[in-house]
Amino acid sequence: MLPFLANRVLIAIPTIVLISIFVFGLQKLLPGDPLLVLAGEERDPEVLEFLREKYRLNDPIPVQYSAWAGNALRGDLGVSLRTNQPVTELMAEKLPVTLQLATMSILFALLIGIPAGIVSAYKKGTLTDYVANVVALSGLSIPNFWLGIMLILLVSVQWQLLPASGYVPPGEDFWQSIRTMLMPSFVLGTALAATLMRHTRSAMLGVLSADYVRTARAKGLTERRVVLKHALRNALTPIVTLTALLFGELVAGAVLTEQIFTIPGFGKLVVDAVFNRDYAVVQGIVLVTAVGFIFMNLLADALYVILNPRLRGQ
Amino acid sequence: MRTGLSTALLGATALSLIAGAVAAKDLRIALQSDADVLDPDQSRTFVGRIVYASLCDKLVDITPDLEIIPQLATEWETSSDGLTVTMKLREGVVFHDGTPFNAEAVAANIERSQTLDESRRKSELASITGTEVTGEYEIVMTLAGPDATLIAQLADRAGMMVSPAAAAEAGADFGLNPVCSGPFSFTERVAQDKIVLTKFPDYWNADAIAFDSVTFLPIPDTTVRLANLQSGDIDMLERLAATDLAQAEADAEIVVADAVSLGYQGLTFNIDNGDRGDNPWGNDKLLRQALSHAIDREALNQVVFEGAFAAGNQSFPPTSPWYNADLPVPPRDVERAKELLAEAGFPDGLDLEIQVPNTTVPLQVMQVVQAMAAEAGINISITSKEFATLLADQSAGDYTASQIGWSGRVDPDGNNHQFATTDGGINDSKFSDPKVDELLNAARVAPTPEERKAKYDEAMVIMLDELPRLFLYHQKWIWAYNDSLKGYIPYPDGMIRLEGVTWEE
Repeated sequence: MLPFLANRVLIAIPTIVLISIFVFGLQKLLPGDPLLVLAGEERDPEVLEFLREKYRLNDPIPVQYSAWAGNALRGDLGVSLRTNQPVTELMAEKLPVTLQLATMSILFALLIGIPAGIVSAYKKGTLTDYVANVVALSGLSIPNFWLGIMLILLVSVQWQLLPASGYVPPGEDFWQSIRTMLMPSFVLGTALAATLMRHTRSAMLGVLSADYVRTARAKGLTERRVVLKHALRNALTPIVTLTALLFGELVAGAVLTEQIFTIPGFGKLVVDAVFNRDYAVVQGIVLVTAVGFIFMNLLADALYVILNPRLRGQ
Repeated sequence: MRTGLSTALLGATALSLIAGAVAAKDLRIALQSDADVLDPDQSRTFVGRIVYASLCDKLVDITPDLEIIPQLATEWETSSDGLTVTMKLREGVVFHDGTPFNAEAVAANIERSQTLDESRRKSELASITGTEVTGEYEIVMTLAGPDATLIAQLADRAGMMVSPAAAAEAGADFGLNPVCSGPFSFTERVAQDKIVLTKFPDYWNADAIAFDSVTFLPIPDTTVRLANLQSGDIDMLERLAATDLAQAEADAEIVVADAVSLGYQGLTFNIDNGDRGDNPWGNDKLLRQALSHAIDREALNQVVFEGAFAAGNQSFPPTSPWYNADLPVPPRDVERAKELLAEAGFPDGLDLEIQVPNTTVPLQVMQVVQAMAAEAGINISITSKEFATLLADQSAGDYTASQIGWSGRVDPDGNNHQFATTDGGINDSKFSDPKVDELLNAARVAPTPEERKAKYDEAMVIMLDELPRLFLYHQKWIWAYNDSLKGYIPYPDGMIRLEGVTWEE
């Protein structure tokens, strides 16, 4: 298993380098001048020129890239043009927020999606199956921003049960932190639950008609044991991959949800940075997200091996 | 079904977690966007100035009627030749780090604003050629020439006093941990999340401050901003959307206050900015006048803003003391518009491409203008661009007409000189008229407000005839706040001043 993982890590390195080059180039293709945006209402040509020099915006793009990459290797991702804060510091502020949101959303998605998928596969063609499918389809179809605003109006304004938006670090007030995150993670979770439910359902349908399930039933095992131990375990492999990828997507930023609930996470940071042409911030986030994605893929690969003993020998 | 499910789930999970979170005596204010760097010499955003109103005192302040009043300077006097300004300073003031405020500190601040490479305040203080400390609390500023705009500049960021000790140590990074002398001192900032300020016990006017701390929370979505106020998660918000006004007013626990802004909203034409300036709209003022006649400004205000804003036709709102009352907001006159088009050689009408930022309100405004202009034979096509692109194209002259907005300045110079004079820094239309240059330059140095007003009145006649900028309406700043908040006074500069504001449950 170790050589297998080491191999995967080695493959990841060129991927990350290519991604960073790609993003750096794409950003420069964007029309618009970061300093003009930065200048806002005060456009003093002399100051703009000074800042262009300071942030090396006059250099050719390959020179800019190599300067950035050199600093990045030393752990310096530059400073935000807008707030002068170091990018690493900005990300260190945002990462826990995004991880908390992603984790809670995935929990919602798993808790709703997998049981719903199992039940709907097991009761295929019955009313339960149809109801579960309709709910799943709604989860996919209802836009997050709409559901988010409706929840805020109902739960926060009407019933005053949960904070309408914002973020509280768990270290400051744990329960308040969970409470503020409940609505956004629920909104994100339901959309993902639908995808998970559909995949679980089709995977379960595949295995439930397999020979070994019939054998298990013939041995006289309880239905519960047949479904949850024999069938589910085999159906889980694609679901694990999917969950890992979904988690990666969540870390990359749930832009609309973060905007609605004013959660200071990666998504909001990167979107604002793109609009402000805050190159260093965009570049830093994409790099970290890419690494996160690759890590989640590695994790999924490792989980395969644990779940599926047949792969262990390879 | 979806709501039912969410209700059940949330109910179950949420009820167990609800514990009354009792807030300290902290005022929570929602801002429309996040501030930029918190260094008065470097910052550029409107919301940044709202934060400064609690963080950094200025040499002078304004009243809601735009009169200049003392803040850190108690008296000031301009010499008869207009070449020196002598200021007496408030005694017993200290910065948040304990550094005493005195004439030396003022001199250091002016020097920083003028010499820091990153400073955006250079042009605002360009007329000051030197400072002389003539006493612990007295400073004399020498000017290159008379400058009627200077005192008003000192009522904004150029007049904000930062601790010279802290500024010397932090240099260009001062904004990460700003140290000023305002009613609240800087505690913490989490980008895009919050800016926390704590009451400064040694503030010279501490008795007027009723809050232990103030937290600014950027909440960009207007609906969510209002929802937060209704649910009690925040105490006050700025820039309520005009379309949410009815809903806020219907809520018995919410108070709404407003003030007409100092700025303007409208269009600018490319008169002579690069090759694209050579087009019928840039070449012939009659066409621009035709478009102006085709627009019903009051109807525009009613349709897009439900009448909450103010129709306008000048670079000052009609409520401003600088407004030229001889040129009132013109009524719509489609016939006149058609005549002008014919006179300019386009009896069958013609096309006009206008670039607009791709956000809701500017698009709505331009769609209304489009419909009105069509009736006069002007066929407007709207090109919506992402803001950074729009700005770059406008600056580079790659446009025919572009939507513009200006947040406004206390001094009338700030709404005109840089846009309408030949060498003006933000003159994106490259409009140039020797008489306007002469008048706007003269208005900068004229000794009395009356003489200045006469210059602006005269310049306004030419500017509205030439129409490099076509003014449409003036925003109102609309604040909504919890009815426990008492004593809040709206200002036309859109700032939130907390002196004298109290909290009574």
